[in-house]
Amino acid sequence: MVAVVGSNELGRRLDAQWERPRGLVGWLATVDHKEIGIRYLVTAFSFLVIGGVEALIMRLQLARPNAALLDPAEYNQLFTMHGVTMIFLYALPILSGFSNYLWPLLLGTRDMAFPRLNAFSYWVFLLSGIFIYVGFVTGHGPDAGWFNYVPYTSRAYDPGPNIDIYALGMVFFGISTTVGAVNFIVSLFKTRAPGMSVNRVPIMVWGTLTASFGNLAAVPAVSLAFLMLWLDRQFGTHFFDVEQNGRPLLWQHLFWMFGHPWVYAIVLPAMGIVSDALPVFCRRPLVGYTAVALSTVATIVLGFGVWLHHMFATGIPPLGLSFFSAASMAIVIPSAVAVFAWIATIWTGRPVRATPFLYFAGFVFLFVVGGVSGFMTAAVPLDWQLTDTYFVVAHIHYVLLGINVFPVLGGIHFWFPKMTGRLMSERLGRWSFWITFTGFNVAFLPMHLTGLLGMPRRIYTYPAGVGWDGLNMLTSIGAFVVALGVLLVVVNVIRSLKSGAIAGPNPWDAPTLEWATSSPPPPYNFLVIPTVASRHPLWENRLDETGERSSTRVGPALDHGREILRTTPLDAEPDGSVHMPEDSLLPLVTALVMLAGFAALLAHHWWLALAAAIGTAICTLVWLTPARPATLGAP
Amino acid sequence: MSAIPAEILAGAERKPHRTSGWWGMIATIATEAALFAYLLFSYGYIAAQAPPPWPPVGAPELKLALPNTLVLLASSVTVWWAERRLSRRGDLRGCRRGFLATLAFGAVFIAVQLLEWHKKSFTPASHVYGSLYFTITGFHMAHVVAGWVMLAAVAWWLASGRAGPARPVPVAVSAVYWHFVDAVWLAVFTTFYLLPRLG
Repeated sequence: MVAVVGSNELGRRLDAQWERPRGLVGWLATVDHKEIGIRYLVTAFSFLVIGGVEALIMRLQLARPNAALLDPAEYNQLFTMHGVTMIFLYALPILSGFSNYLWPLLLGTRDMAFPRLNAFSYWVFLLSGIFIYVGFVTGHGPDAGWFNYVPYTSRAYDPGPNIDIYALGMVFFGISTTVGAVNFIVSLFKTRAPGMSVNRVPIMVWGTLTASFGNLAAVPAVSLAFLMLWLDRQFGTHFFDVEQNGRPLLWQHLFWMFGHPWVYAIVLPAMGIVSDALPVFCRRPLVGYTAVALSTVATIVLGFGVWLHHMFATGIPPLGLSFFSAASMAIVIPSAVAVFAWIATIWTGRPVRATPFLYFAGFVFLFVVGGVSGFMTAAVPLDWQLTDTYFVVAHIHYVLLGINVFPVLGGIHFWFPKMTGRLMSERLGRWSFWITFTGFNVAFLPMHLTGLLGMPRRIYTYPAGVGWDGLNMLTSIGAFVVALGVLLVVVNVIRSLKSGAIAGPNPWDAPTLEWATSSPPPPYNFLVIPTVASRHPLWENRLDETGERSSTRVGPALDHGREILRTTPLDAEPDGSVHMPEDSLLPLVTALVMLAGFAALLAHHWWLALAAAIGTAICTLVWLTPARPATLGAP
Repeated sequence: MSAIPAEILAGAERKPHRTSGWWGMIATIATEAALFAYLLFSYGYIAAQAPPPWPPVGAPELKLALPNTLVLLASSVTVWWAERRLSRRGDLRGCRRGFLATLAFGAVFIAVQLLEWHKKSFTPASHVYGSLYFTITGFHMAHVVAGWVMLAAVAWWLASGRAGPARPVPVAVSAVYWHFVDAVWLAVFTTFYLLPRLG
């Protein structure tokens, strides 16, 4: 069972077992987490570009007062789709892309716990995104803001199919998020390399794990809210109908019970990216590993107790206001723990100012600005003044671009060599960082002032001479500069794919397991299952913390078909080998059947919807049916 | 490192509570439990602010619902017994019998619940109580049907050798889901049928 690296024959055997078939069918059927991860990244990044173009069109409209580029109805759809795209179709899926690609490599295994479910979660993400966008391009996009408040979205005030498409699309999308979260949680507890006890996993894993727990608890709230809204609109139920003792505010409660934990779900894994990758460029381990890991968990726990701060202006009793205001301020504590850990890491390290470092350091600055404006709006009296103004828009963009987009761009530069085997251009990288960073602050720092001067969000134009003209022009210019920076990143990626310098296994001299295998990694990731003795398996000789050493050269080969090693949940002691599924078209087929079902619900084709439900059940049964004992190979 | 003993590597499927499948089901149950928590929160939120009387049609009768609750509880006992027969004694026949009894109880529950729905004087569109009643019991019904199909599939696998004493994972996974469906019913039953009687 033990093999020593260097055996070509073992590599060939594993290749034969793990490589997907060539051709279109193989491409559609693959369950390789690396391919799925890259698909997630490419798809989500495409949504970032689409959502960015929507923002640019809005900024053209808002650059000058009384502009007539867009009419109010078009503007409503654009700002709604911009929010939906960025918050749902970009921000979490891009992090799922990193996590899908990296987890098995970081954890020292060969795939996720449920490879087919992983493929399924990608296909559902893609199809639900297309579902929502088909509505938009045919002129029926959601048009009441991404948080979709009733009664604007009741049938009486928004009679077209716009809101139904959004509602059904979000229920569909929620399935992708949920199964993805289950997959991450089980992968963490079951597939880590022997010796990788929970206090040795990278912070990025902590971030995604915490976000996944948050999603399990939060996503049902929004799926339920959208389903209830759809029932109200199509079947005359009265959940949000005030005339029949329904409660419009119930929508806001359910939406933000989901919405606020979601904010943390789309930043904690990104903060994890920084916690793992920033220290590589400081040439030292992260300061305060345990504190940062615990503050990650504390953030999501507190994050479930702050949803009401989105509703301070709705007439909540003072006791509720006080509690939720205090809880919102308390979140500053775990956030500050992480910030000081990053600053201390830079301070006490020997920073190498490569492109990823610039993005990560820029992130720390933007996080502080966004955190301060968040702290301000956590105070009830100030929030009453600022709510529904551009101040809040500035805050959300500092938070979401600052804590999500900047780490993501840094992460792309950092892991591109692992994914492709080639380095990105440093020169283009630096240009892209400085252009994006400058443009971002030109666009969004003045926006705080626009809000303080009283400009409400979501208006399609504004009169001249009320003091907003210059600030809006500045914001529009900044937005186009950001777009130029992102364009440079895309150019850099495309050029480097062909002509980048060859990277080798570990171009950054980084400490974690993904850098122990070749770039790009073989389909089976590791020739033998590694054994882990510390948090920094590839820095052990330098750090010399203990006498023990990790091993990526000697270990179980597990070469009887696709196999991975299962380990115990906390200490990661070996607990059995597990056969993994082969490539399969079932995930795609199941997702397509479900898409047909949601389309049928939208079109009121009830029999087709029932047929799709039965079809989904049949797919699931075929998927889960175990092989007959006789067809199992020898043990 | 030294070699991992072969018996550890080979024993992966023998202890169902250590498998990924079991953990995956527990995570699924966690998110489903959250779903029902939000459903019952919605009920409480609307009920607390509705003008009296609540429920507007009076507390629902227990004549069908109470015996039906006992039927569902009995089905949990039979599936627990079935799992025990298999894990403690390797008794495949006993396990199959337990599954068939559970399926029978489950079918009775579904039928009685359909009858109860049929006898209601209101629809989901009559008033917000009707919307809540049919949506929440409807969600529960959907979970009962899903659990029933799961149990039926496992019963079939037990008959065809795809599950059995050496492959106990499907039995354990479907049984724990069925227990969850029962536990949720107790929460729904308490909310709709018992709480209005306390006020």
